[in-house]
Amino acid sequence: MAKFNLNINNRNYSVEAEPNMPLLWVLRDKLGLTGTKYACGEGICGSCTVHIDGNAERSCVLSVKDVEGSSITTIEGLAENPDHPIFKTWIDLEVSQCGYCQPGQIMTLAAMLNKSSSKEEIEREMSTVLCRCGTYHRIRKAVDKLVEEK
Amino acid sequence: MKKKHTRREFIKVVSVSGGGFILATYIPFNNLLAKAGDDPKIFSPSVYLKIDSNGLVTVIVHRSEMGQGVKTALPMLIAEELEVEWEKIVIEQADADSKYGSQSTGGSTSVRRNWEPLRVAGATAREMLLIAAANKWKVDKSDCFAENGFIVNKKTNQKFSYGELVEDASKLPVPQNVKLKDPKDFKIIGKRIHRVDTPEKIYGKAKFGIDVVIPGMFYAALSRCPSFGGKVKSFKADKAKSLPGVIDVVQISNGVAVIADSTWNAFNGRDALEIDWDFGPNASVSTEDIRNEMIKHLDEEGSLFENRGNINSKIEGEKFVEAVYEVPFMAHAPMEPMNCVAKYENGKIELWAPTQNPQNAKSEVAKALGISEDNVTVHVTLMGGGFGRRLVSDFAIEAAEISKASGKAVKLTWTRKEDMKFGFYRPPSMHVLKGSVSSEGRPIKFYHHVIAPSIRQMRFDKNLTAEKSEIKEGTVDLEYQIPNLKITGTLIPTHVPISWWRAVYNSQNPFAVESFIDELAFAAGKDPYQFRKEMLPDDSRLKNVLNIAAAKSGWGTRLAKGKGRGIAISAGYESYCAQVAEVSVVDNKLKVEKFTAVIDCGVVVNPDIVEQQLEGAIAFALSAAMKGEITIKNGGVVQSNFDDFEILTYDEMPVVEVHIVQNNFKVGGVGEVGIAACAPALCNAIFAATGKRIRRLPVRLS
Ligand code: FES
Ligand code: FES
Repeated sequence: MAKFNLNINNRNYSVEAEPNMPLLWVLRDKLGLTGTKYACGEGICGSCTVHIDGNAERSCVLSVKDVEGSSITTIEGLAENPDHPIFKTWIDLEVSQCGYCQPGQIMTLAAMLNKSSSKEEIEREMSTVLCRCGTYHRIRKAVDKLVEEK
Repeated sequence: MKKKHTRREFIKVVSVSGGGFILATYIPFNNLLAKAGDDPKIFSPSVYLKIDSNGLVTVIVHRSEMGQGVKTALPMLIAEELEVEWEKIVIEQADADSKYGSQSTGGSTSVRRNWEPLRVAGATAREMLLIAAANKWKVDKSDCFAENGFIVNKKTNQKFSYGELVEDASKLPVPQNVKLKDPKDFKIIGKRIHRVDTPEKIYGKAKFGIDVVIPGMFYAALSRCPSFGGKVKSFKADKAKSLPGVIDVVQISNGVAVIADSTWNAFNGRDALEIDWDFGPNASVSTEDIRNEMIKHLDEEGSLFENRGNINSKIEGEKFVEAVYEVPFMAHAPMEPMNCVAKYENGKIELWAPTQNPQNAKSEVAKALGISEDNVTVHVTLMGGGFGRRLVSDFAIEAAEISKASGKAVKLTWTRKEDMKFGFYRPPSMHVLKGSVSSEGRPIKFYHHVIAPSIRQMRFDKNLTAEKSEIKEGTVDLEYQIPNLKITGTLIPTHVPISWWRAVYNSQNPFAVESFIDELAFAAGKDPYQFRKEMLPDDSRLKNVLNIAAAKSGWGTRLAKGKGRGIAISAGYESYCAQVAEVSVVDNKLKVEKFTAVIDCGVVVNPDIVEQQLEGAIAFALSAAMKGEITIKNGGVVQSNFDDFEILTYDEMPVVEVHIVQNNFKVGGVGEVGIAACAPALCNAIFAATGKRIRRLPVRLS
């Protein structure tokens, strides 16, 4: 066990964890930030996406020791502004079904919108975030609307 | 002395009371509670709702929310009859309790089975409040009406809020046979009401089963035998116990569990266990063996399900068609892996379970622990998808046994790999189809022999016969008017655990039927839409959705080379559905461009949720039709994650256009009927585009 100083959602946390423990489990089990979801654990599905220094990253394959010093944003951090256009659009279009994959969908998209990624990049990235309920059709509508409004 | 609550706190307290960690969705309301007192009186004329003297209306949802929208749709039924503003309702998730009637959330039953009882519950409460007000004013109740949480005196325009009437209403006898509202007066039912669970879910605040934390809780992982039916011979825990964070190792009926201070440490501890397995009697079984078991019966007749006319008669000039169809095992793979929190103490157990079947979890856990059901409490959490997987209570039993064996409160979390390998799968099936058409292109004969394991036989009743089994679902009572028809079936055994997968046998039988109908249409030289239409009776709701689907999809209009449309219909759960798929196939690469889906589900409670269910069903069924399958080797499942069991992705999702038929027929189910027509519509479209007939799923073009 070692001590790590993490900056999450603009707050400083000091946590004790095994150095190889994925950030995902530090967030969920040690800090109670359960908005970041576990679904595949191998970087395949995108449910666990957080922002590391503004980039969308999969927290299930990032060791806690590698994110010390980075600025980490989780879905809870993004939701500190519930008026964020993504949330408004998501509610307007009623995108979510079971909702389990949605934090990962939203975090992935938010990073790209912040960076003004191209339509092609968005298409490519969103195609790596899985949803078993099949909300893709509405995610696409939301993406199109958000890209247009930007 | 009771603590004084502010209004906000008060709402919070109410919402937590249902089970500690299940945060009920609530929308705080404005001024109605201005007079909030300390100790509100509760008026609860039914198990599904309560109103307190502050006017707070709490609706108890007894079915499980797994994404399908019950937490919104069921309260809509009560709110409609109760005449309260939708925004002012607090929604609470029910624990497992027989007082609610069936809580089993499957078979597309939640709305259609509760359509009447929940409206009656709302209407009864409304009636009692009305009588209470009339008594207070000493007027006839016909001089009063209910509106937005008030009873209004028609003559004087005086008003009592529901809260003010709670005490009096509680003393009244519960009236029988209250009058339900005329559908033309509906204010809530039929509206695109926003889902109550969306905001908390997208903000990352919603508590799914996997998010539950209780005081003093540890984290558990379980090692199970890789081949179904095997068991632990012996094990060594030294290595596991030497790892960081590992606290305990216990053996339970289904394997060996590691308890640790975090999920991650529990996973690692579990991986370090040295277990000598007895792989059991099925250790060498593979998919091929199970297929061969089905193939053995291909030439047999099968047990009779349905018979009309004579399929053996000789008819001049008839043209024969014959084909064999096949579908594989399929996993549910909900995004949230199986998990459960359990706390055993002094002969009692409390569980927080993402279960579609709370009452079953309760009884199964009681049985497994040898305690009475009264000593089992099951709190139902939100769940990250269910699709039938969570109708089985295995994960709850495991968590309960681990908690009892270790004496600790634990959260058992499955890895994705375990979720893939230790599921209860949609059974595979084979289908022999034979038929003929006349020289004028009319259908003459239709024969279908379905060969599949029966879920009921495998799980509950070894003596169940094919005739009495459910494998006939989707094969019999077709509306097609074909003069000579014979439907038969054969059950085969399998050691692979099987269970209900969204739409169950309707996820596979209609694939064979509707694809073969297409083959007959082709043999007849007929357009597949016209061919179906001519076989359906005029007053058929199926025919109606078929016609609408054809019209809305532009059926018959020209498509570019390499493109094709396919059509298929399905009925079930008191609903009717038709789908048209539009695909393109370029260089053997399939792209699903568009689905047009038409549903007739009778009265519509929330059109937006109906559309969501159709869109979701199409994505779910396309995954099964085009993407991953479950295969068996050495008695266990080969696949282990979303890389070798692929599901549909964002870029593969077609445009989906949903059309809902407006009528006032009895309310039908919407979660599953959209599954059935999807695969055949897709494969019929592939045929139209390429001339290649797909008879085995998943589709593999090269
Ligand atoms: S849980 Fe991290 S990518 Fe799937
Ligand atoms: S909304 Fe359920 S997995 Fe995406």
